[in-house]
Amino acid sequence: MNPDFLILISLLAPFAGAIGCLAATTRPRLAAGIAVASVAISLAAGLGLVAATSGGVVHAVHAGGWSAPFGIVLAADLFSALMLAVCQLVTLAALATGLAVLPDLWRRRHFLPLVLTLSTATCGAFLTGDLFNLYVWFEVLLLSSFSLMAVLRGDEGRAGAWRYVLLNLVSSMLFLGSAGLIYAKTGSLNFADLHLRFAAAGDAYLLESSTVLLFGSFAIKSALLPFAFWLPASYPHLPPAIGALFAGLLTKVGLYALFRVFGMVFATDTFPHRELLLILAVVTMTGGVLGAVSQGGMRGILSFHIISQVGYMALALALFTPLALAAGIFYLVHHIVVKANLFLVAGLVERRFGSSELERTGGLLRSAPWMAALFAVPALSLAGIPPLSGFFAKFMLLRASLEVGDAWVTVAIVGVGLLTVFSMLKIWSAAFWGSTPEGGPALKQSGVAVAASVVLGVVTVGIGLAAGPVFALAETAAAGLLEPEVYLDAVLGTGNPPEPTITTTP
Amino acid sequence: MSVLLAMTIGLLVAAGLYRLLGPGRLDALVGLILLGQAVNLGIFAAGRLHHNAPAIVNGNMGPTTDPLPQALVLTAIVIGFGIIAFILTFMLRSSGK
Repeated sequence: MNPDFLILISLLAPFAGAIGCLAATTRPRLAAGIAVASVAISLAAGLGLVAATSGGVVHAVHAGGWSAPFGIVLAADLFSALMLAVCQLVTLAALATGLAVLPDLWRRRHFLPLVLTLSTATCGAFLTGDLFNLYVWFEVLLLSSFSLMAVLRGDEGRAGAWRYVLLNLVSSMLFLGSAGLIYAKTGSLNFADLHLRFAAAGDAYLLESSTVLLFGSFAIKSALLPFAFWLPASYPHLPPAIGALFAGLLTKVGLYALFRVFGMVFATDTFPHRELLLILAVVTMTGGVLGAVSQGGMRGILSFHIISQVGYMALALALFTPLALAAGIFYLVHHIVVKANLFLVAGLVERRFGSSELERTGGLLRSAPWMAALFAVPALSLAGIPPLSGFFAKFMLLRASLEVGDAWVTVAIVGVGLLTVFSMLKIWSAAFWGSTPEGGPALKQSGVAVAASVVLGVVTVGIGLAAGPVFALAETAAAGLLEPEVYLDAVLGTGNPPEPTITTTP
Repeated sequence: MSVLLAMTIGLLVAAGLYRLLGPGRLDALVGLILLGQAVNLGIFAAGRLHHNAPAIVNGNMGPTTDPLPQALVLTAIVIGFGIIAFILTFMLRSSGK
C-alpha cells in the first residue's frame, strides 16, 4: 500500500474509533469491538510504515496540499514508525486489559473514547513535522490523560492527579511560549525549515535562548529530575490498565520530542543545552532508582523506575554519537513494552491479593508459578539480564559511553543497573517467595488480561533474541536523526510534490 | 507600543507565577489563566506590531501583518479555554460535589 495512506490510516483509525465509541455508548460490545479494531488497524499501519521506512526512506504527507514550510506536514521516518508501532501495541494490550477488568459502567462511557483519543494524540505527536502542531497533539494527549485520571479516588490519588495536571499545564505554557519565541526569531515552525534556518544562522546564543523554555517543557513531560515529581505522585494510584498505558506512553512521547527536536531539528555537531541534559540524565537515573529502592509498594517501585529509565534514554541523547542514539532508540522500543507489561503484571498480583503493597503479598512462586514467570521476563529485562531486550539496550549504551570516554557516566550506568536489580529483587522476594498471607479477596483472573501480558512478554523475549536486526533498525533511525538530508528532502520536497490529500484542522 | 506590550507580558507572568505558587487550588487556576494570557500576548507579538496593515500582500508592497501568529493565538486561546473548563470540572469533582 502507498505509505502516504499508511500515515493517514495510522492517525485516522483511532480517531474514527473514538467517534464510533462515543456513538455506540449504549452498545458496549459494539463499542469494544470498534475500539480494539481501530487500534489494531493503526498498529498494522504502523508496522507497514516500519517496513516502508526501514531502508531509511522518509514519507511525508502535506496536509491540505499546502507545500512546506507553509502547511502542516505529517512525516514518517523510521524513528516515528518504530515508536508508533510499539505504542499502538502497548495501547492494544492496555485496552484489552481495561475492557476485561475495569468496572463495567465506567469503562463503557469514558474509558474507550479517552484511550482512543490518547492513542490518536500519540500517533499525531510521532508523525507531525511542525512545532505548533506538536503542541496541539501534546494538549490532546494531556486532556485525554487528565480525564482518564479524573477517575482517581481518595485524597492521596486526587492530590497526585492535581499535581500531574498542574505541572503538565505549566509545561504546556513553556512549550507555547517557546514556539512563539522561535517563530519570532526565525519565522518558521516547520521542523525541516527550522533545521536549515538555525544551521544557516550558526548562532549559538540565538539557538540557546530560543530553546531553553522548550527544553524545560520537554524535561517536565519526560519526567527528568528535578521536574519529575508529578509522576510518582499520580501513577501508583491509577488502575493497572491505565497505569500501564500511561507508563508505556506518556513520558516516552516527551522523550520522543526531545530526540526529534533537540537531536534533529536544533542539532548540528551538537545541540543546545547538551551538557545540562547530560547532568540531568545522570541525576535522573540515580535519583529515580534511589526513590524506587525506598518504596514499599509494587506500583511505587515501578513508578520510580520509569524516572530512572527515562534518565538512561536521555543520557543516550546527551552522549550524541551514532551508537548512543541508536542505543537510545533501541532502549525506547524495549522500555515501552517492558514497563507497560510490569504494570499489567502488578495488576494481576493485585487481583490475587487485593493489594500490591509488598507487605501483603507473598508465596506466588508456589501458588501461581505462571504469574512468577510473567513477572520475571519484564523484570529481568528491565534490570538488564541477558538474553532479554534490556541487556542489549544497556550494553550498547555502556559501549557508547566508553567510546565517548566519560568515566563517571560509565560508573553511573553500571551502578544504577545494580540498584535496579536490587529493587526488582525486593519485589521478587516479597511477592513471589515467602508464605502466602492470610485473607484478602482473591479475584478471578481474567484470561484476556493474562493474554495481554503474555503477548508483551513474548515481544520482550523476541526483541532480545532478534537484537541484531532490531538494533540495525535503531541504527538506521539514528542515522536519520543525525543526517536528516532525506527527511529535509521529503518534507521540503524539491523533487516531486505529493498529491493533496486531507485537511487536518487541529 | 512594543515597550507597553512587553511590560504587560512581564507583569502578567509575574502575577501568574505569584498566584501559581499560592496555597489553594483556585490560586493555581488563576495563576494558570494569567500565565496563559501572557503567553498568548507573546505569540501575538511574535508577528511584530503593525497598525492598520493588511494581513496579505496587496501588490503595492506596503507594511503587512503576519497572519500566522494570529491563527496560532486563536488556536491557543481555544485550547486554553477548554483546559480552564476542564480544571474547573476537575476541582468540583475533587471537592466531592
